[in-house]
Order: sequence, then structure tokens, then C-alpha cells
Amino acid sequence: MSAFRSLWGMPILLGVLTAIGLVVGLLGDGWWDAAAVTCLGMPVAVGAWHIARPR
Amino acid sequence: MSPANLRRWSWIHKWSSLVCTVFMLLLCLTGLPLIYHHEIGHLLGNEVEPPALTAQQQANPPRADLDSVIAAGKARYPDKVMMYMSQEADQPALWFLTMGKHANDPDFVSVAIDARSARYVAEPPIEGGALMAFLFHLHVDLFAGVPGKLFLGFMGLLLVVAIVSGVVLYAPFMRKLAFGAVRHGRTARLKWLDLHNLLGIVTLVWALVVGVTGVVNTLADVLLQVWQSTEIAAMVKPYEGLPPPAKLASMEQSVARAQALQPGMRVGFIAFPGTPFASAHHYGVYMHGDQALTAKLYKPVLVDAGSGQVTDQRTLPWYLSTLLLSQPLHFGDYGGAGMKFLWALLDLATIVVLGSGLYLWLKRGRAARAKAGDEARMRAPRQPALAREGESR
Repeated sequence: MSAFRSLWGMPILLGVLTAIGLVVGLLGDGWWDAAAVTCLGMPVAVGAWHIARPR
Repeated sequence: MSPANLRRWSWIHKWSSLVCTVFMLLLCLTGLPLIYHHEIGHLLGNEVEPPALTAQQQANPPRADLDSVIAAGKARYPDKVMMYMSQEADQPALWFLTMGKHANDPDFVSVAIDARSARYVAEPPIEGGALMAFLFHLHVDLFAGVPGKLFLGFMGLLLVVAIVSGVVLYAPFMRKLAFGAVRHGRTARLKWLDLHNLLGIVTLVWALVVGVTGVVNTLADVLLQVWQSTEIAAMVKPYEGLPPPAKLASMEQSVARAQALQPGMRVGFIAFPGTPFASAHHYGVYMHGDQALTAKLYKPVLVDAGSGQVTDQRTLPWYLSTLLLSQPLHFGDYGGAGMKFLWALLDLATIVVLGSGLYLWLKRGRAARAKAGDEARMRAPRQPALAREGESR
């Protein structure tokens, strides 16, 4: 894995997921909202995992 | 990154954060209950519910004439004039009337009228009651009106600078570490540095969006003033010098004509003559769509308040559309309970980022002083013993 990818891969992925979640929620209700919550939940889940991860 | 650049970005990150941190902590703490203001209002009994309909009525819900809705408010406050009437997107059974001694009365009252029977329902407390109003003002304007809003907007800009400089510094700090690495078991400062970097980078885009849309929201009053002095002024130009109408036209007919021009749209709110959203001669009827996105944007229709005829209709300028779309993106109220919960978690994570940043700055100062002290002690033995004794006296 290149140095760039190991440093920025995850931040970019989470940033894009956040942006998609924020926009998709605006476009519709019902399934759109569910998709938005799923995308926006990813950065929260990844953050929580790295804090609570067994050492 | 060269050492000079690293120092420069560190300086930007340190000072932009330090100046805004106290205010951002305040905004995060007051913003948390504001995410759930509807639920809290419900618990406190401050939310208005429409009376239940009979089974027979439910099959075919009645709809009250808008003039009788206004008359119900007037019956309660005969000495007050109408300022606004509005409906919430998810509650078509209620009309909320705003009434005051004159069209710009800051001590207005709010009256809820049943949209089906035109009967008085309740007087909801202004701004959701004393507690929510207190939190709201701390969050929005620090009880200092427009200057308070603009001040918080400037603090929000500093937050954006802090976030961007934080991302620049992420690279040199994380180059030798795996994503999400938290170094436990060494110094507390190292652990909190890692947590600061981890939570900072996972909340990055959310914090940027909430920060930027918050700054846009602080400009609301300024943007409305621009619109009033340009477009609204142009729309009412033909009425210059005319006296305001002695008798107001039927609201039911005025809205019916506005709706005929905008089929498929419904009324969001109506501004009465003399308010900032209308003119001395007009009703401002603000229509919006019923889809998720179109419900957020308004289309103003101006109706001559004397004749009840539509005189002008426009689309909102881009800066007001931007403002209206900034609101849901700041409030997090457009994706149901799941999104509200994530908004609360991200808000809490931001509090940790702010707090750990402050802690790292305090510890860094102490670490630097301790290091300087060590160096002084290392140098000390090279000085003659007598000189040192002399100094100590």
C-alpha cells in the first residue's frame, strides 16, 4: 500500500461517506433517510471502534 | 513538510482554535439539547397538539376558511393586528398566528388555531418556553441580537480555519502511525494527542459542514435586509406614495389566487402588510413544495392587500436559497430519529476534540517549560560554584 493511501485512504473514504449521507438525506424521505443514516453512521462507527478496540 | 511550514501551520492551528474554543464548547453544549427541541418541548408540555377528530370527520377532514382562522385570533386579541400566519410542514391541522400591537411588535404573541374548525387551540410559549429560549439565545446570538450573531459567525470562521489547519497537520503527525492508532500506556498526553487526531479526522466533513452552514445562518438577518432593499423594494415600486389599504382583502381568496398560480405548492407562511416579508400594500404568501427538497425552498407570491389580486411572484435569489438549505444541514432535522442521534454523537465527539485540544495546549506549555528547566540544570554545573551561590542569595 502506498504511503499516501495508508495515510489518507481511510480519511477520504469516511469524508466521502459523510458527504453522501448529508446530501442523500436532503433528497428524500424513507429509504433515502435510511441510506443517509447508514453513510453518516460509518465515521461514527469507525471512530468508536478505534477508541474501544481491545488492546 | 519543512520545519518552517510545520511551525507556521501549528501557529495557525493553535491560535484559530484557542480563540474560538470556549465559544465552540458553548455551541456544542447548547446545541445538543437543541437537536431534540421538539422532544424536550413535548416532555415539558410546550408542544401544541391539534384536537382529535371524530371517526366521521377523519374520513373527510374539514378545512376552515382562512378568514375565519384569522377571525378566531382577532376574537382573542381584538386590539392586536396580524403579523404572520404559518403552518409546519408536518402539521397541516394547525395554523400559528403571530399577532402584535403593530406589524413589527417585538412583544408579539403566538396563537394556535385549529385549521379544520377555526377554533382556538392554545398559546404556545414563545421560542419553546423559558429553558429552550435561554439555550436558543446562548446558541444563536448570546442575547446580543444581530451583532451577537455576527460575532458567533466570526468564531465559526475561525473554527473552519482550525479544522483546515488541523487536516494539514494530520499528515506529519500520523505519517508513521496506522489509521486510528491510539497509543495507550505511554504518556497521557500522547494518548490524548492520538484521540484528538482520530476524532478530529472522523468528524472532519461533518464538522466542516455544520461549521460553514452555521456561519451562513448567522448572516440570515443581513441577507434578508439585502433582499428587502433590492427585490421587495422593486416589487412594490408601483405603489410608491399610495396610502396603505383601508380594508384588507379576503385571505381565503388571496391564497386561492396564489395557489392557482403555483399548483402543487402549499402555503408555508403568510406575511401581513407592514412586516419585513411583505410591504405596506401587500400580503407576502410564501409557498413551498411537498417533496423533501422542495419543502425547504420558498416561492414568494405578492398579493395586493387591498384588491386580493396577485401582483408579482419570483423565485428566491441564490443567497436566500443557500440560507434555507443551510438550515437543515446545520440542524440535522431532515433524516429522522437516526440522523438526530448521529448528530448528537458527532456533537459529543466534537466536544472531545475541543477539550483534548485545549488539554494538549496546556500540557505542551508545561512540557516546554519542563524541558527548558532541564536544559538550565544541564548547563548549571558548568558555571563556577561561587557564582551559583551568589545568584541564589
